Amino acid sequence: MNSQRVFSLVGKDLKKTIRDPATLFIIILFPVILTLAFGAAFGAIGGTQQTRYQIGVVNMDLTGPYQQWSQRFMGNLTDTGILTIQDYPTNESAQGDLAQGKIQAVVAIPADFGQSCDSFWTAPTNPSLWVNTTVLLYLDSGSMFATQAIPPIIQQVLTTTLYGTQQATAPNPIQVGSPSLVEASELTMFDYMAPGVFAYAAIFLTMTVAQSLTTDRENGLLRRINTTPTTPSEFFTGQVISNMITALVQVALVFVMAFVVGYRPKGDVTSLALAFVIMSIFALVNVGFGLITATIAKSSGAATGLAFVFILPQMFLGTFVGAALSQSAQAASRFVPSFYATDALTSLFLRGAPASSTTVLVDLSVVSICSVVVMLLGIILFRKYGKT
Amino acid sequence: MTRNSINEATIVVDDLVKRFEDVTAVEGLSLEVEKGELFGLLGPNGAGKTTTINILCGLLEPTSGSASVGGHDVRKEPRKVKELIGVCPQDTATYPHLTGRENVELFGNLHAMPKEKLKERADELLARMELLEDSNRRVGKYSGGMKRRVNLIMALIHDPEIAFLDEPTVGMDPQSRRAVWEFIKDLKRQGKTVILTTHYMEEAEELCDRVGIIDNGKLIAHGTPESLKTKFKARNLEDVFIQLTGRRIREGL
Repeated sequence: MNSQRVFSLVGKDLKKTIRDPATLFIIILFPVILTLAFGAAFGAIGGTQQTRYQIGVVNMDLTGPYQQWSQRFMGNLTDTGILTIQDYPTNESAQGDLAQGKIQAVVAIPADFGQSCDSFWTAPTNPSLWVNTTVLLYLDSGSMFATQAIPPIIQQVLTTTLYGTQQATAPNPIQVGSPSLVEASELTMFDYMAPGVFAYAAIFLTMTVAQSLTTDRENGLLRRINTTPTTPSEFFTGQVISNMITALVQVALVFVMAFVVGYRPKGDVTSLALAFVIMSIFALVNVGFGLITATIAKSSGAATGLAFVFILPQMFLGTFVGAALSQSAQAASRFVPSFYATDALTSLFLRGAPASSTTVLVDLSVVSICSVVVMLLGIILFRKYGKT
Repeated sequence: MTRNSINEATIVVDDLVKRFEDVTAVEGLSLEVEKGELFGLLGPNGAGKTTTINILCGLLEPTSGSASVGGHDVRKEPRKVKELIGVCPQDTATYPHLTGRENVELFGNLHAMPKEKLKERADELLARMELLEDSNRRVGKYSGGMKRRVNLIMALIHDPEIAFLDEPTVGMDPQSRRAVWEFIKDLKRQGKTVILTTHYMEEAEELCDRVGIIDNGKLIAHGTPESLKTKFKARNLEDVFIQLTGRRIREGL
């Protein structure tokens, strides 16, 4: 393999990315704008702004000797600074507003709420004497923010109400439907979305690779290169290197933009380095899909449309868009490579998993295998059917 | 069509056939081109000229027959053939987002030219084609004539022994065409072997040592322009073509 040929092809492709306004927009500017826009809308620009959620509260514990507990609970909900509380006299009226999208969740405080709290403090070490009850929580299933962010906030407020301070693991007699404890009060919606935004940007390489190859084919440039001693392996290596560089620049830009809008991922330098590696490997998957698209598409115009056959499933099933999907769609998401790229970054940046964690390594392995398989398939198909 | 022994010929085509499904583009074509010769393939659009060139460049597999370039079989040793040749395609094939110089240097790099020699040669050819001043402008902003000149330089940047020039002057203004003619004459003076396809008969008469006239995929006449004109008692090659086929060469254009 001749490095002079490979690097001249890499230079040619990178110049196209920089100089062609449409390519520049899709590959570089679009992810930057997307990150800024999403960061501004759902994140914490400057680290001070937080999303607020509208929730309805139905307090059925308004009378009796223990009603101060439900009042305290409602006060704590308001004190989060994240929730805007609206009182409802009945569960039906609250459900009506939830169905119309006026509020994002309904919290129904049961009539024995105060009694349950009091029973806990009467015998804090003897659960057999507790009066167990459940705070009912209804969420807008169409709102990914509600389904993701509100349950942990309610759980945390409940714990604070009962103990007076935040207790992560202590037992209590009151349950909420979704009891997992995430530090929701410190996280913004953008923190959940950011890993998907990285993958989202790289997915569009499919379209630019397909457009670039079909345009070069239409203009006779692939045939022209084929009259030189350039080998197919040199040509495809050039494609791989230029697109990996592009993906790395994308990730760096998205990261910087996300940082600017207040995104502070967990993890250390190793996590960050591994994230770059994962995304550059994930870029190869999309180069492979681009080659397959260019093989099928008869023109650059057709390539743009056809590319979405690969872009849309990856976008909806495997990035931040997929957070509020149905169970069947979430099962389907296991079949798209972007899911594993996003999951790996979520583990590293949101869950704070170390680079050596099993989840991250499994995700990396799946993305790597996908990249090899899709790239090889793309190269074979393009060489056989796509060059002319 | 044997004028010399195979050892002396740079390009040898023997009973070449190329079919595309039910269309026969080249039918039993045989010819030899000597080293240092400027050979013109003449014929109307669709006659089979470009198909023949594409087979000789290793871009198309012949259906039957054989062809060798520089002593290398185009089927068995396409890579060796590609190291020897420079190809100027009929339709301008340049990267619009690259400058004229970048386009030229890209193809020099694809032929693995040493950097210094590449720059020197690029300067020389760009100056020769009066493109030096505009060489740092993107080709997408060039006029049609400028693009065609860059197209030609890209084919010849690596100083190939054998050049295939497929309609290199089509669509050019007379001034640009004259400049390209001079350039092609220079190639001949340098001892390069050139196969030139054209449907401009005056171009063939001006430049070619010998011509082969192709019609419907068949070689229907060949020889020096003078010998063909004498043989057919014609004033020019256009008349030769009319006598052979009953129509003008550019009717189909």
